[in-house]
Amino acid sequence: MSFFFEVLIGGLLAGVMYSLVALGFVLIYKASGVFNFAQGAMVFFAALTFVSLTERGMNPWLALVVTLVAMVVLGLLTEKIVLRPLVNQPQITLFMATIGLTFFIEGFSQAVWDSQPHALDIGIPDAPIEWFAQLTDINVSTFDLWAALIAGVLVAALALFFQRTRIGRALRAVADDHQAALAVGIPLKQIWAIVWAVAGLVALVAGLLWGARSGGVQYALTFTALKALPVLILGGFESIAGAIIGGLIIGAAEKLAEVYIGPMVGGGIELWFAYVIALVFLLVRPEGLFGEKHIDRV
Amino acid sequence: MLYREAGQFKTSYAADQQIFPIRQDRFALYGLLVVAFVVVPLVGNQYWLSAILTPFLIFALATLGLNILTGYAGQLSLGTAAFMAVGAFAAYNFELRVPGMPILVSFILAGVCAALVGIVFGLPSLRIKGFYLAVSTLACQFFVVWAFNRIGWFSNNSSSGVITAQKVQILGYTFDTPAAKYLLTLAIVVVLALAAKNLMRSKTGRAFMAIRDMDVAAEVIGVPMMRTKLLAFAISSFYCGVAGALYAFTYLGTVEPEAFTLDLSFRILFMVIIGGVGSILGSFLGAGFITLLPIFLSVFFAGIAHLTGSSISHAVVSNVELMVFGALIVFFLIVEPQGLARLWQIAKEKLRLWPFPH
Repeated sequence: MSFFFEVLIGGLLAGVMYSLVALGFVLIYKASGVFNFAQGAMVFFAALTFVSLTERGMNPWLALVVTLVAMVVLGLLTEKIVLRPLVNQPQITLFMATIGLTFFIEGFSQAVWDSQPHALDIGIPDAPIEWFAQLTDINVSTFDLWAALIAGVLVAALALFFQRTRIGRALRAVADDHQAALAVGIPLKQIWAIVWAVAGLVALVAGLLWGARSGGVQYALTFTALKALPVLILGGFESIAGAIIGGLIIGAAEKLAEVYIGPMVGGGIELWFAYVIALVFLLVRPEGLFGEKHIDRV
Repeated sequence: MLYREAGQFKTSYAADQQIFPIRQDRFALYGLLVVAFVVVPLVGNQYWLSAILTPFLIFALATLGLNILTGYAGQLSLGTAAFMAVGAFAAYNFELRVPGMPILVSFILAGVCAALVGIVFGLPSLRIKGFYLAVSTLACQFFVVWAFNRIGWFSNNSSSGVITAQKVQILGYTFDTPAAKYLLTLAIVVVLALAAKNLMRSKTGRAFMAIRDMDVAAEVIGVPMMRTKLLAFAISSFYCGVAGALYAFTYLGTVEPEAFTLDLSFRILFMVIIGGVGSILGSFLGAGFITLLPIFLSVFFAGIAHLTGSSISHAVVSNVELMVFGALIVFFLIVEPQGLARLWQIAKEKLRLWPFPH
């Protein structure tokens, strides 16, 4: 039984990591209706920039600030160069543009820095918590716990930002209805710039945590986007809470399936199992857990 | 002056209903077919035939398949490569396990297998729409590649799932030269493209477009939603399956499941978007553009390196290529979101009035 709980807790904590990436998607989708496939590439770019700066002898905190600035600039440029000319295009066109952007960012980050894998140590050991293990016979990684904590703080901060500040209210207004928001005098361009900057911040946090968790910063980090997609459709594209809860469900189910079902079918099922869970779930609720209901009008 | 349809009177219903009602279009098509079937195999060298033209045709076929689903029926799919994989592995297994199986029948059955898989993974489309559907087709993508990797039966228990395509033989003639393989591919692609062009102006095609434009309204006026959506998935996957079989048999010869990754799906989606959503011609233009672009870029960079006399490292070149590729796609989407087919259409309209625009 303790093994079951160990797997379950490991899965839940891994799920938080998925939510972290999914969060970046949700933020942009909510505010601009763009399904930003480049989020994975942004995660990679952020982590690679941070690692390369620290390897060149920069103070980690300074590197963090510099990377954050780089991410904000990247977000602003994306908004200005790629998305603004595409206003009013169908969503699939915007989606394709972000795939193009993905290629660009992947090429750009490897051209500026390099394509080698880098070790990333952010000072949190990946060891089981001893007193908890002795008490309950369940191993829980310190790193995973810290990662979950950081993600939790980030989400809480974002929730506060969205609910309590003036900009947050404007953001929610834009998310609800672009034209109505424009009509009451909310500057749409500024709001989008802010959203892309925040998505850059989320990408940075996700990049650092994922980079440290998966033993180094390398090209494979871009695949974190693919991990986040089932979380996204399970939770619903428009909901931050959905991203968190979807992440927990996917993380736990994936780990449990890998341990209990995996050996029966030859292993390696983590690649597609999350998608199948999300798919089955969607058959019951086509807009995900917390997504907005579509009402079709003829 | 040259491109005028004035004076081309139709005297029968058949003439009025033909696929290309304008005489100049017809002659241009005949000319193109003569060039493709006769001139190209005579003039083209081995590199052009086997490394550029054959894959171009195969990708055009797959793009056509995806365009039927996404462009005509409006269902976004990211699982194209998976359907191609099903086609490739099915054709291989039919050839392997059924003695004396004619290769063309294998190709058709490969398409049918892909269509069946397409129907299964198309089922969610009855409930799910938009990006939710697109993401759920990724389930198909990952599952199929995983299955071909892990289940030994599909690849006859070869290591890491690699299959080697059998000889392509029709009525005792072996297609083993690049020119022969090119011609076989071309013939299949031409037949299927004509079939698609015809299908899209039939009742079925109109039903697809009604579903694309607004599915609830289509259902209200009596288009059977379930049958039409699943039929779109089946036809689209059939085309992709045949393309996959050709990919293994006339292009690569030896394929592994990893050849059919998400990257390939994206590539084909790019071809659809750049070529023109909902256009048969666009499928070919898009496939040509995306197939030629990397080749053009590498030649271009080699030229620059030669001119400046500096040696640019391979890693830098591949990264810059990636950047240019991405930037070009974004550029194209901004400049002409309706694709190359739209540019061609504009050119034709201009040509109609030229040189007297009044």
